[in-house]
Amino acid sequence: MFEDFFNVVKKRFNSDSEEEEHKTVKCPRCQTNVLLERYEELHRVCPNCNYHGRLSCKERLSITVDKGSFQEFDVDMISGNPINFPEYCEKQAEIREKTGLKDSVITGKATIKGSPVVIGIMDSRYMMASMGSVAGEKIARAFEYATENSLPVVMFTASGGARMQEGIVSLMQMAKTSGAVKLHSDKGGLYITVMTDPTTGGVTASFASLGDIIIAEPKVLIGFAGRRVIESTIKQKLPDDFQLAEFQHEKGFIDMIVERKKMRSTLSHLLKLHGYYPPEKEV
Amino acid sequence: MENKKTAWERIQLVHAKGRPTINDYLPLIFTDFYEMHGDRLFGDDKAIIGGIARLDNMPVTIIAQVKGRDINENKSCNFAMPHPEGYRKALRLARQAEKFHRPVICFIDTPGASCGVPDEERGQGEAIAKNIAEFMTIRTPIISIILGEAGSGGALALGVCDELAMLENAQYSVLSPRGFASILWKDASREQEASEVMMITAEDMVRLGIAETIIEEPLGGAHNDLDKISENIKEYLSLKIPEKCKKDIDVLLKERYTKFRKIGEFTE
Repeated sequence: MFEDFFNVVKKRFNSDSEEEEHKTVKCPRCQTNVLLERYEELHRVCPNCNYHGRLSCKERLSITVDKGSFQEFDVDMISGNPINFPEYCEKQAEIREKTGLKDSVITGKATIKGSPVVIGIMDSRYMMASMGSVAGEKIARAFEYATENSLPVVMFTASGGARMQEGIVSLMQMAKTSGAVKLHSDKGGLYITVMTDPTTGGVTASFASLGDIIIAEPKVLIGFAGRRVIESTIKQKLPDDFQLAEFQHEKGFIDMIVERKKMRSTLSHLLKLHGYYPPEKEV
Repeated sequence: MENKKTAWERIQLVHAKGRPTINDYLPLIFTDFYEMHGDRLFGDDKAIIGGIARLDNMPVTIIAQVKGRDINENKSCNFAMPHPEGYRKALRLARQAEKFHRPVICFIDTPGASCGVPDEERGQGEAIAKNIAEFMTIRTPIISIILGEAGSGGALALGVCDELAMLENAQYSVLSPRGFASILWKDASREQEASEVMMITAEDMVRLGIAETIIEEPLGGAHNDLDKISENIKEYLSLKIPEKCKKDIDVLLKERYTKFRKIGEFTE
Protein backbone atom coordinates (compact mmCIF):
# COMPACT_ATOMS: atom_id res chain seq x y z
CA MET A 1 0.00 0.00 0.00
CA PHE A 2 2.77 2.38 0.81
CA GLU A 3 5.20 1.29 -1.86
CA ASP A 4 5.51 4.63 -3.57
CA PHE A 5 5.83 6.42 -0.28
CA PHE A 6 8.87 4.44 0.69
CA ASN A 7 10.45 4.65 -2.72
CA VAL A 8 11.44 8.19 -1.91
CA VAL A 9 13.29 7.10 1.19
CA LYS A 10 14.66 4.03 -0.51
CA LYS A 11 16.18 6.05 -3.31
CA ARG A 12 17.83 8.43 -0.92
CA PHE A 13 19.34 5.92 1.40
CA ASN A 14 18.93 2.30 0.78
CA SER A 15 19.86 1.69 -2.79
CA ASP A 16 23.36 2.94 -2.91
CA SER A 17 23.96 2.71 -6.66
CA GLU A 18 24.20 6.47 -7.17
CA GLU A 19 25.71 7.25 -3.84
CA GLU A 20 28.50 4.77 -4.26
CA GLU A 21 30.16 7.08 -6.75
CA HIS A 22 30.13 9.90 -4.22
CA LYS A 23 31.02 7.53 -1.40
CA THR A 24 28.52 9.12 0.95
CA VAL A 25 24.94 8.35 1.90
CA LYS A 26 22.34 10.70 3.27
CA CYS A 27 20.54 9.55 6.40
CA PRO A 28 16.77 9.78 5.85
CA ARG A 29 16.20 10.63 9.50
CA CYS A 30 18.80 13.34 10.25
CA GLN A 31 19.80 14.20 6.66
CA THR A 32 23.51 13.97 7.53
CA ASN A 33 25.88 12.85 4.82
CA VAL A 34 27.76 9.79 6.01
CA LEU A 35 30.77 8.18 4.39
CA LEU A 36 29.60 4.97 2.78
CA GLU A 37 32.57 3.04 4.10
CA ARG A 38 31.85 4.08 7.66
CA TYR A 39 28.16 3.36 7.21
CA GLU A 40 28.85 -0.17 5.98
CA GLU A 41 31.31 -0.71 8.81
CA LEU A 42 28.51 0.11 11.26
CA HIS A 43 26.20 -2.39 9.49
CA ARG A 44 24.18 0.48 8.06
CA VAL A 45 23.59 2.45 11.22
CA CYS A 46 23.78 6.25 11.02
CA PRO A 47 26.69 7.39 13.28
CA ASN A 48 24.99 10.72 13.82
CA CYS A 49 21.40 9.89 14.84
CA ASN A 50 21.52 6.10 15.28
CA TYR A 51 18.88 5.40 12.61
CA HIS A 52 19.11 1.71 11.78
CA GLY A 53 19.01 1.43 8.00
CA ARG A 54 17.70 -1.42 5.90
CA LEU A 55 19.65 -4.64 5.49
CA SER A 56 19.27 -7.34 2.89
CA CYS A 57 18.04 -10.62 4.34
CA LYS A 58 21.48 -12.10 3.68
CA GLU A 59 23.23 -9.39 5.70
CA ARG A 60 20.68 -9.77 8.47
CA LEU A 61 21.13 -13.50 8.57
CA SER A 62 24.92 -13.22 8.76
CA ILE A 63 24.84 -10.92 11.81
CA THR A 64 22.10 -12.86 13.58
CA VAL A 65 22.46 -16.64 13.37
CA ASP A 66 25.38 -19.01 13.97
CA LYS A 67 27.58 -19.37 10.92
CA GLY A 68 26.51 -22.24 8.70
CA SER A 69 23.45 -23.05 10.82
CA PHE A 70 20.75 -21.72 8.50
CA GLN A 71 18.66 -24.22 6.56
CA GLU A 72 16.21 -22.42 4.33
CA PHE A 73 12.60 -23.60 3.92
CA ASP A 74 10.64 -23.42 0.67
CA VAL A 75 13.62 -22.21 -1.35
CA ASP A 76 11.92 -22.35 -4.74
CA MET A 77 8.49 -21.00 -3.91
CA ILE A 78 7.38 -18.27 -6.31
CA SER A 79 4.18 -16.36 -6.66
CA GLY A 80 1.30 -17.02 -9.03
CA ASN A 81 -0.97 -14.26 -10.30
CA PRO A 82 -4.22 -14.75 -8.35
CA ILE A 83 -6.14 -11.82 -9.82
CA ASN A 84 -4.39 -11.94 -13.21
CA PHE A 85 -2.98 -8.50 -12.68
CA PRO A 86 -1.40 -7.23 -15.92
CA GLU A 87 2.40 -7.62 -16.05
CA TYR A 88 2.66 -8.89 -12.46
CA CYS A 89 4.56 -12.03 -13.47
CA GLU A 90 6.91 -10.09 -15.72
CA LYS A 91 7.58 -7.50 -13.07
CA GLN A 92 8.40 -10.18 -10.54
CA ALA A 93 10.73 -12.01 -12.92
CA GLU A 94 12.60 -8.74 -13.35
CA ILE A 95 12.88 -8.14 -9.60
CA ARG A 96 13.96 -11.72 -8.98
CA GLU A 97 16.69 -11.25 -11.53
CA LYS A 98 17.80 -7.94 -10.01
CA THR A 99 17.74 -8.95 -6.33
CA GLY A 100 18.47 -12.66 -6.49
CA LEU A 101 15.47 -13.14 -4.19
CA LYS A 102 12.38 -15.26 -4.91
CA ASP A 103 10.00 -13.08 -2.91
CA SER A 104 9.91 -10.70 0.05
CA VAL A 105 10.71 -13.13 2.86
CA ILE A 106 13.10 -15.97 3.60
CA THR A 107 12.31 -18.54 6.30
CA GLY A 108 14.21 -21.44 7.75
CA LYS A 109 15.70 -22.95 10.84
CA ALA A 110 18.96 -21.95 12.45
CA THR A 111 20.68 -21.55 15.78
CA ILE A 112 21.46 -18.34 17.68
CA LYS A 113 24.41 -18.92 20.02
CA GLY A 114 23.41 -22.54 19.95
CA SER A 115 19.70 -22.07 20.67
CA PRO A 116 17.51 -23.53 17.94
CA VAL A 117 15.02 -21.18 16.25
CA VAL A 118 12.75 -20.89 13.29
CA ILE A 119 13.59 -17.57 11.69
CA GLY A 120 11.96 -15.35 9.09
CA ILE A 121 13.51 -12.25 7.54
CA MET A 122 11.75 -9.80 5.25
CA ASP A 123 13.71 -7.94 2.61
CA SER A 124 12.51 -4.50 1.57
CA ARG A 125 14.33 -4.69 -1.75
CA TYR A 126 11.66 -7.06 -3.04
CA MET A 127 8.60 -4.93 -3.86
CA MET A 128 8.93 -3.10 -0.56
CA ALA A 129 8.63 -6.46 1.22
CA SER A 130 4.91 -6.44 0.53
CA MET A 131 3.00 -9.54 1.63
CA GLY A 132 1.39 -11.69 -1.03
CA SER A 133 0.73 -15.40 -1.44
CA VAL A 134 4.37 -16.45 -1.06
CA ALA A 135 5.12 -14.43 2.07
CA GLY A 136 1.82 -15.60 3.59
CA GLU A 137 2.45 -19.26 2.80
CA LYS A 138 6.10 -19.25 3.90
CA ILE A 139 5.35 -17.52 7.19
CA ALA A 140 2.38 -19.80 7.93
CA ARG A 141 4.50 -22.88 7.17
CA ALA A 142 7.36 -21.59 9.33
CA PHE A 143 5.02 -21.20 12.30
CA GLU A 144 3.44 -24.60 11.65
CA TYR A 145 6.90 -26.20 11.54
CA ALA A 146 7.81 -24.46 14.81
CA THR A 147 4.55 -25.66 16.40
CA GLU A 148 5.14 -29.25 15.34
CA ASN A 149 8.75 -29.21 16.54
CA SER A 150 8.26 -27.11 19.70
CA LEU A 151 10.59 -24.40 18.45
CA PRO A 152 10.56 -20.65 19.07
CA VAL A 153 10.12 -18.22 16.16
CA VAL A 154 12.03 -15.00 15.52
CA MET A 155 10.62 -12.79 12.76
CA PHE A 156 12.46 -9.75 11.43
CA THR A 157 9.62 -7.73 9.96
CA ALA A 158 9.75 -5.04 7.29
CA SER A 159 6.99 -4.27 4.88
CA GLY A 160 5.10 -1.63 2.99
CA GLY A 161 1.97 -3.71 3.61
CA ALA A 162 -0.19 -5.93 1.46
CA ARG A 163 0.88 -6.86 -2.09
CA MET A 164 -1.59 -4.75 -4.07
CA GLN A 165 -1.05 -6.74 -7.26
CA GLU A 166 -2.62 -9.78 -5.58
CA GLY A 167 -5.74 -7.84 -4.60
CA ILE A 168 -7.97 -9.41 -1.96
CA VAL A 169 -5.79 -12.54 -1.86
CA SER A 170 -3.00 -10.46 -0.29
CA LEU A 171 -5.40 -9.31 2.44
CA MET A 172 -6.21 -12.91 3.28
CA GLN A 173 -2.53 -13.57 4.02
CA MET A 174 -3.02 -11.50 7.16
CA ALA A 175 -5.52 -14.08 8.41
CA LYS A 176 -3.39 -16.99 7.29
CA THR A 177 -0.24 -15.79 9.06
CA SER A 178 -2.04 -14.57 12.20
CA GLY A 179 -3.89 -17.86 12.48
CA ALA A 180 -0.64 -19.81 12.33
CA VAL A 181 0.88 -17.51 14.98
CA LYS A 182 -2.14 -18.11 17.22
CA LEU A 183 -1.89 -21.90 16.98
CA HIS A 184 1.85 -21.70 17.76
CA SER A 185 1.11 -19.49 20.75
CA ASP A 186 -1.68 -21.76 22.03
CA LYS A 187 0.84 -24.60 22.13
CA GLY A 188 3.12 -22.49 24.34
CA GLY A 189 5.59 -21.49 21.64
CA LEU A 190 7.70 -18.35 22.06
CA TYR A 191 7.47 -15.77 19.28
CA ILE A 192 9.79 -12.77 19.17
CA THR A 193 9.15 -10.02 16.65
CA VAL A 194 11.98 -7.70 15.64
CA MET A 195 10.51 -4.73 13.81
CA THR A 196 12.90 -3.20 11.29
CA ASP A 197 12.55 -0.33 8.84
CA PRO A 198 9.73 -0.01 7.80
CA THR A 199 7.05 -2.18 9.42
CA THR A 200 3.69 -0.90 8.22
CA GLY A 201 0.23 -1.68 6.86
CA GLY A 202 -1.05 -5.22 6.71
CA VAL A 203 2.08 -6.67 8.29
CA THR A 204 1.76 -4.39 11.33
CA ALA A 205 -1.94 -5.32 11.42
CA SER A 206 -1.15 -9.04 11.48
CA PHE A 207 1.78 -11.23 12.55
CA ALA A 208 4.24 -8.41 13.33
CA SER A 209 2.11 -7.15 16.22
CA LEU A 210 1.50 -10.59 17.67
CA GLY A 211 4.89 -11.35 19.20
CA ASP A 212 5.09 -12.40 22.84
CA ILE A 213 8.02 -10.01 22.88
CA ILE A 214 8.23 -7.15 20.42
CA ILE A 215 11.62 -5.58 19.79
CA ALA A 216 12.35 -2.69 17.44
CA GLU A 217 15.54 -1.24 16.04
CA PRO A 218 16.17 2.44 16.82
CA LYS A 219 14.49 5.12 14.69
CA VAL A 220 12.74 2.68 12.36
CA LEU A 221 9.29 3.46 11.00
CA ILE A 222 6.44 1.45 12.53
CA GLY A 223 2.77 2.12 11.92
CA PHE A 224 -0.50 1.01 10.42
CA ALA A 225 -1.50 3.85 8.10
CA GLY A 226 1.02 5.64 5.91
CA ARG A 227 2.15 9.06 6.98
CA ARG A 228 0.93 10.65 3.76
CA VAL A 229 -2.51 9.08 4.14
CA ILE A 230 -2.83 10.52 7.63
CA GLU A 231 -1.49 13.93 6.62
CA SER A 232 -3.94 14.18 3.74
CA THR A 233 -6.81 13.12 6.04
CA ILE A 234 -6.08 15.61 8.80
CA LYS A 235 -4.57 18.24 6.49
CA GLN A 236 -1.63 18.81 8.81
CA LYS A 237 2.01 17.99 8.72
CA LEU A 238 3.03 15.36 11.24
CA PRO A 239 6.04 15.71 13.53
CA ASP A 240 9.27 14.03 12.40
CA ASP A 241 9.24 11.48 15.20
CA PHE A 242 5.69 10.31 14.44
CA GLN A 243 5.51 6.50 14.05
CA LEU A 244 9.17 5.94 14.85
CA ALA A 245 10.15 3.04 17.10
CA GLU A 246 10.57 5.46 20.02
CA PHE A 247 7.01 6.74 19.52
CA GLN A 248 5.62 3.19 19.53
CA HIS A 249 7.71 2.38 22.59
CA GLU A 250 6.30 5.36 24.45
CA LYS A 251 2.75 4.41 23.45
CA GLY A 252 3.24 0.92 24.80
CA PHE A 253 3.39 -1.17 21.64
CA ILE A 254 7.08 -2.14 21.75
CA ASP A 255 8.77 -3.95 24.62
CA MET A 256 12.28 -2.76 23.92
CA ILE A 257 14.41 -0.90 21.45
CA VAL A 258 17.60 -2.80 20.78
CA GLU A 259 20.64 -1.70 18.79
CA ARG A 260 21.81 -3.87 15.96
CA LYS A 261 25.13 -4.65 17.61
CA LYS A 262 23.31 -6.05 20.65
CA MET A 263 20.52 -7.86 18.78
CA ARG A 264 22.14 -11.29 18.56
CA SER A 265 23.05 -11.44 22.24
CA THR A 266 19.64 -10.05 23.28
CA LEU A 267 17.84 -12.71 21.25
CA SER A 268 20.13 -15.39 22.66
CA HIS A 269 19.39 -14.32 26.25
CA LEU A 270 15.64 -14.15 25.65
CA LEU A 271 15.62 -17.60 24.04
CA LYS A 272 17.52 -19.07 26.99
CA LEU A 273 15.23 -17.33 29.48
CA HIS A 274 12.42 -19.31 27.88
CA GLY A 275 14.32 -22.58 28.15
CA TYR A 276 15.62 -22.81 24.59
CA TYR A 277 19.21 -23.86 25.30
CA PRO A 278 21.69 -25.38 22.89
CA PRO A 279 20.84 -29.11 22.67
CA GLU A 280 23.89 -30.36 24.65
CA LYS A 281 23.07 -28.04 27.56
CA GLU A 282 19.41 -28.97 27.69
CA VAL A 283 17.99 -29.15 31.20
CA MET B 1 -32.64 -12.05 -12.98
CA GLU B 2 -31.12 -8.76 -13.98
CA ASN B 3 -28.32 -8.42 -16.47
CA LYS B 4 -25.02 -8.84 -14.75
CA LYS B 5 -23.69 -5.60 -13.35
CA THR B 6 -20.10 -4.47 -13.55
CA ALA B 7 -18.08 -3.98 -10.39
CA TRP B 8 -18.28 -0.24 -10.95
CA GLU B 9 -22.08 -0.31 -11.18
CA ARG B 10 -22.21 -2.28 -7.94
CA ILE B 11 -19.98 0.29 -6.24
CA GLN B 12 -22.46 3.02 -7.24
CA LEU B 13 -25.30 0.94 -5.80
CA VAL B 14 -23.55 0.36 -2.51
CA HIS B 15 -22.90 4.08 -2.16
CA ALA B 16 -26.40 5.09 -3.26
CA LYS B 17 -28.34 7.22 -0.83
CA GLY B 18 -30.80 5.09 1.04
CA ARG B 19 -28.71 1.92 1.03
CA PRO B 20 -29.84 0.18 4.22
CA THR B 21 -27.44 0.09 7.17
CA ILE B 22 -27.26 -2.20 10.18
CA ASN B 23 -29.61 0.14 12.02
CA ASP B 24 -32.26 -0.55 9.39
CA TYR B 25 -31.73 -4.31 9.44
CA LEU B 26 -31.47 -4.90 13.18
CA PRO B 27 -35.17 -4.58 14.12
CA LEU B 28 -36.27 -6.56 11.06
CA ILE B 29 -33.95 -9.53 11.63
CA PHE B 30 -33.58 -9.74 15.42
CA THR B 31 -35.66 -9.23 18.55
CA ASP B 32 -34.72 -8.20 22.10
CA PHE B 33 -31.55 -6.35 21.06
CA TYR B 34 -29.55 -5.06 24.01
CA GLU B 35 -26.59 -2.93 23.04
CA MET B 36 -23.34 -3.30 24.99
CA HIS B 37 -20.88 -0.45 25.11
CA GLY B 38 -17.16 0.06 25.41
CA ASP B 39 -13.92 -1.88 25.28
CA ARG B 40 -13.27 -1.57 29.06
CA LEU B 41 -9.90 -0.04 28.21
CA PHE B 42 -10.41 3.35 26.62
CA GLY B 43 -13.87 4.18 25.37
CA ASP B 44 -16.88 3.33 23.25
CA ASP B 45 -16.52 3.51 19.50
CA LYS B 46 -19.69 4.39 17.64
CA ALA B 47 -18.41 2.92 14.37
CA ILE B 48 -18.99 -0.55 15.76
CA ILE B 49 -22.10 -1.51 17.67
CA GLY B 50 -22.44 -4.74 19.50
CA GLY B 51 -24.80 -6.55 21.78
CA ILE B 52 -27.07 -9.48 22.43
CA ALA B 53 -30.31 -10.29 20.67
CA ARG B 54 -32.46 -13.17 19.57
CA LEU B 55 -32.44 -14.71 16.12
CA ASP B 56 -35.71 -16.60 15.95
CA ASN B 57 -35.60 -17.72 19.53
CA MET B 58 -31.90 -18.20 19.93
CA PRO B 59 -29.61 -15.77 21.78
CA VAL B 60 -26.82 -14.48 19.53
CA THR B 61 -24.09 -11.86 19.79
CA ILE B 62 -24.14 -9.17 17.13
CA ILE B 63 -21.11 -7.09 16.16
CA ALA B 64 -21.63 -4.59 13.36
CA GLN B 65 -19.96 -1.70 11.60
CA VAL B 66 -22.26 1.28 11.43
CA LYS B 67 -22.73 3.52 8.42
CA GLY B 68 -24.59 6.73 8.94
CA ARG B 69 -27.74 7.51 7.00
CA ASP B 70 -27.06 11.24 6.98
CA ILE B 71 -24.18 13.57 7.72
CA ASN B 72 -24.91 13.76 11.44
CA GLU B 73 -25.04 10.02 11.86
CA ASN B 74 -21.89 9.74 9.79
CA LYS B 75 -20.06 12.23 11.97
CA SER B 76 -21.03 10.26 15.02
CA CYS B 77 -19.93 6.91 13.61
CA ASN B 78 -16.85 8.30 11.81
CA PHE B 79 -18.20 7.14 8.42
CA ALA B 80 -18.00 3.53 9.61
CA MET B 81 -14.24 3.72 10.08
CA PRO B 82 -13.61 2.12 13.48
CA HIS B 83 -11.01 3.24 15.99
CA PRO B 84 -8.91 0.68 17.86
CA GLU B 85 -11.38 0.70 20.76
CA GLY B 86 -14.10 -0.42 18.35
CA TYR B 87 -12.11 -3.51 17.43
CA ARG B 88 -11.30 -4.13 21.08
CA LYS B 89 -14.99 -3.89 21.96
CA ALA B 90 -15.71 -6.41 19.20
CA LEU B 91 -13.19 -8.82 20.69
CA ARG B 92 -14.58 -8.36 24.17
CA LEU B 93 -18.08 -9.20 22.96
CA ALA B 94 -16.87 -12.18 20.94
CA ARG B 95 -15.16 -13.55 24.06
CA GLN B 96 -18.36 -12.96 26.02
CA ALA B 97 -20.26 -14.90 23.36
CA GLU B 98 -17.76 -17.73 23.65
CA LYS B 99 -18.22 -17.84 27.42
CA PHE B 100 -22.00 -18.04 27.19
CA HIS B 101 -22.05 -20.33 24.13
CA ARG B 102 -23.74 -17.87 21.84
CA PRO B 103 -22.93 -17.77 18.14
CA VAL B 104 -21.45 -14.51 16.80
CA ILE B 105 -22.80 -12.65 13.80
CA CYS B 106 -20.59 -9.90 12.36
CA PHE B 107 -21.91 -7.35 9.89
CA ILE B 108 -19.14 -5.75 7.85
CA ASP B 109 -19.71 -2.36 6.25
CA THR B 110 -16.61 -0.17 6.23
CA PRO B 111 -14.33 1.66 3.83
CA GLY B 112 -11.49 0.73 6.20
CA ALA B 113 -10.14 1.30 9.69
CA SER B 114 -9.79 4.88 10.86
CA CYS B 115 -6.44 6.42 9.85
CA GLY B 116 -5.65 9.27 12.20
CA VAL B 117 -3.07 10.26 14.77
CA PRO B 118 -5.13 8.97 17.75
CA ASP B 119 -5.61 5.65 15.94
CA GLU B 120 -1.87 5.24 15.56
CA GLU B 121 -1.29 6.30 19.16
CA ARG B 122 -3.74 3.69 20.41
CA GLY B 123 -2.40 0.91 18.21
CA GLN B 124 -4.73 0.41 15.27
CA GLY B 125 -2.37 -2.21 13.84
CA GLU B 126 -2.22 -4.14 17.09
CA ALA B 127 -6.00 -4.00 17.57
CA ILE B 128 -6.68 -5.42 14.11
CA ALA B 129 -3.93 -8.05 14.39
CA LYS B 130 -5.27 -9.25 17.70
CA ASN B 131 -8.83 -9.60 16.41
CA ILE B 132 -7.69 -11.57 13.39
CA ALA B 133 -5.64 -13.94 15.53
CA GLU B 134 -8.16 -14.32 18.35
CA PHE B 135 -11.25 -14.76 16.17
CA MET B 136 -9.43 -17.70 14.55
CA THR B 137 -9.79 -19.71 17.76
CA ILE B 138 -12.93 -18.30 19.43
CA ARG B 139 -14.80 -21.44 20.44
CA THR B 140 -18.24 -20.55 19.13
CA PRO B 141 -19.61 -20.33 15.58
CA ILE B 142 -18.93 -17.04 13.76
CA ILE B 143 -20.78 -15.91 10.63
CA SER B 144 -19.82 -12.66 8.89
CA ILE B 145 -21.95 -10.83 6.35
CA ILE B 146 -20.71 -7.99 4.15
CA LEU B 147 -23.57 -5.51 3.75
CA GLY B 148 -21.94 -2.96 1.48
CA GLU B 149 -18.24 -2.31 1.30
CA ALA B 150 -15.49 -4.19 3.11
CA GLY B 151 -12.19 -2.38 2.92
CA SER B 152 -8.85 -3.79 3.97
CA GLY B 153 -7.72 -4.89 7.44
CA GLY B 154 -10.49 -2.81 8.96
CA ALA B 155 -12.98 -5.27 7.46
CA LEU B 156 -10.92 -8.41 8.03
CA ALA B 157 -10.86 -7.62 11.75
CA LEU B 158 -14.54 -8.73 11.75
CA GLY B 159 -14.06 -11.17 8.89
CA VAL B 160 -12.33 -14.18 10.41
CA CYS B 161 -15.32 -16.52 10.50
CA ASP B 162 -16.69 -19.95 9.72
CA GLU B 163 -18.60 -18.67 6.77
CA LEU B 164 -18.64 -15.35 4.91
CA ALA B 165 -21.76 -14.21 3.10
CA MET B 166 -22.05 -11.12 0.93
CA LEU B 167 -25.04 -9.18 -0.25
CA GLU B 168 -25.23 -9.46 -4.02
CA ASN B 169 -23.78 -6.01 -4.72
CA ALA B 170 -21.31 -5.89 -1.83
CA GLN B 171 -17.55 -5.60 -2.37
CA TYR B 172 -14.47 -6.81 -0.55
CA SER B 173 -11.11 -5.28 -1.38
CA VAL B 174 -7.59 -4.76 -0.11
CA LEU B 175 -8.04 -1.01 -0.59
CA SER B 176 -10.37 1.29 -2.51
CA PRO B 177 -10.18 1.19 -6.31
CA ARG B 178 -9.16 4.83 -6.12
CA GLY B 179 -6.24 4.05 -3.82
CA PHE B 180 -5.33 1.06 -5.95
CA ALA B 181 -5.21 3.17 -9.14
CA SER B 182 -3.26 5.86 -7.36
CA ILE B 183 -0.61 3.48 -6.04
CA LEU B 184 -0.19 1.10 -8.96
CA TRP B 185 -0.85 3.45 -11.86
CA LYS B 186 -0.09 6.79 -10.20
CA ASP B 187 -3.45 7.97 -11.46
CA ALA B 188 -6.43 8.01 -9.10
CA SER B 189 -8.79 8.95 -11.93
CA ARG B 190 -8.48 5.39 -13.27
CA GLU B 191 -10.55 4.08 -10.35
CA GLN B 192 -13.29 2.63 -12.55
CA GLU B 193 -10.74 0.61 -14.50
CA ALA B 194 -9.17 -0.47 -11.21
CA SER B 195 -12.53 -1.66 -9.87
CA GLU B 196 -12.83 -4.04 -12.82
CA VAL B 197 -9.35 -5.59 -12.55
CA MET B 198 -9.20 -5.86 -8.75
CA MET B 199 -11.76 -8.69 -8.36
CA ILE B 200 -13.94 -7.22 -5.66
CA THR B 201 -17.44 -8.55 -6.31
CA ALA B 202 -19.31 -11.23 -4.38
CA GLU B 203 -18.95 -13.58 -7.33
CA ASP B 204 -15.19 -13.02 -7.36
CA MET B 205 -15.02 -13.82 -3.63
CA VAL B 206 -16.90 -17.09 -4.06
CA ARG B 207 -14.61 -18.06 -6.93
CA LEU B 208 -11.52 -17.25 -4.84
CA GLY B 209 -12.80 -19.25 -1.87
CA ILE B 210 -13.09 -16.16 0.33
CA ALA B 211 -16.90 -16.02 0.54
CA GLU B 212 -19.31 -18.96 0.60
CA THR B 213 -22.71 -17.43 -0.01
CA ILE B 214 -24.26 -14.59 -2.00
CA ILE B 215 -27.47 -13.15 -0.56
CA GLU B 216 -29.73 -11.95 -3.33
CA GLU B 217 -30.77 -8.31 -3.32
CA PRO B 218 -34.16 -7.05 -4.55
CA LEU B 219 -34.34 -5.78 -8.13
CA GLY B 220 -32.32 -2.57 -8.41
CA GLY B 221 -30.55 -3.04 -5.07
CA ALA B 222 -31.14 -3.48 -1.34
CA HIS B 223 -32.63 0.01 -0.89
CA ASN B 224 -35.56 -0.84 -3.14
CA ASP B 225 -37.14 -3.27 -0.71
CA LEU B 226 -35.86 -3.23 2.86
CA ASP B 227 -38.34 -5.89 4.01
CA LYS B 228 -37.31 -8.28 1.27
CA ILE B 229 -33.56 -7.92 1.79
CA SER B 230 -33.97 -8.25 5.57
CA GLU B 231 -35.99 -11.40 5.00
CA ASN B 232 -33.25 -12.80 2.76
CA ILE B 233 -30.58 -12.11 5.36
CA LYS B 234 -32.70 -13.62 8.11
CA GLU B 235 -33.47 -16.69 6.06
CA TYR B 236 -29.76 -17.21 5.48
CA LEU B 237 -28.90 -16.81 9.17
CA SER B 238 -31.77 -19.01 10.35
CA LEU B 239 -30.43 -21.78 8.14
CA LYS B 240 -26.69 -21.33 8.78
CA ILE B 241 -26.51 -20.61 12.50
CA PRO B 242 -28.19 -23.85 13.64
CA GLU B 243 -26.12 -25.75 11.07
CA LYS B 244 -22.85 -24.37 12.49
CA CYS B 245 -24.02 -24.83 16.08
CA LYS B 246 -24.59 -28.52 15.46
CA LYS B 247 -20.97 -29.04 14.42
CA ASP B 248 -18.34 -30.28 16.82
CA ILE B 249 -16.46 -27.14 17.87
CA ASP B 250 -13.01 -28.63 17.24
CA VAL B 251 -14.01 -29.60 13.73
CA LEU B 252 -15.44 -26.12 13.20
CA LEU B 253 -12.19 -24.46 14.33
CA LYS B 254 -10.11 -26.70 12.13
CA GLU B 255 -12.27 -25.81 9.14
CA ARG B 256 -12.09 -22.12 10.03
CA TYR B 257 -8.29 -22.24 10.00
CA THR B 258 -8.19 -24.28 6.80
CA LYS B 259 -10.53 -21.87 5.01
CA PHE B 260 -7.93 -19.10 5.29
CA ARG B 261 -4.91 -21.39 5.23
CA LYS B 262 -5.52 -22.46 1.66
CA ILE B 263 -5.96 -19.01 0.09
CA GLY B 264 -3.02 -18.00 -2.06
CA GLU B 265 -1.43 -18.84 -5.39
CA PHE B 266 2.15 -20.01 -5.71
CA THR B 267 4.34 -22.67 -7.27
CA GLU B 268 7.38 -24.46 -5.91
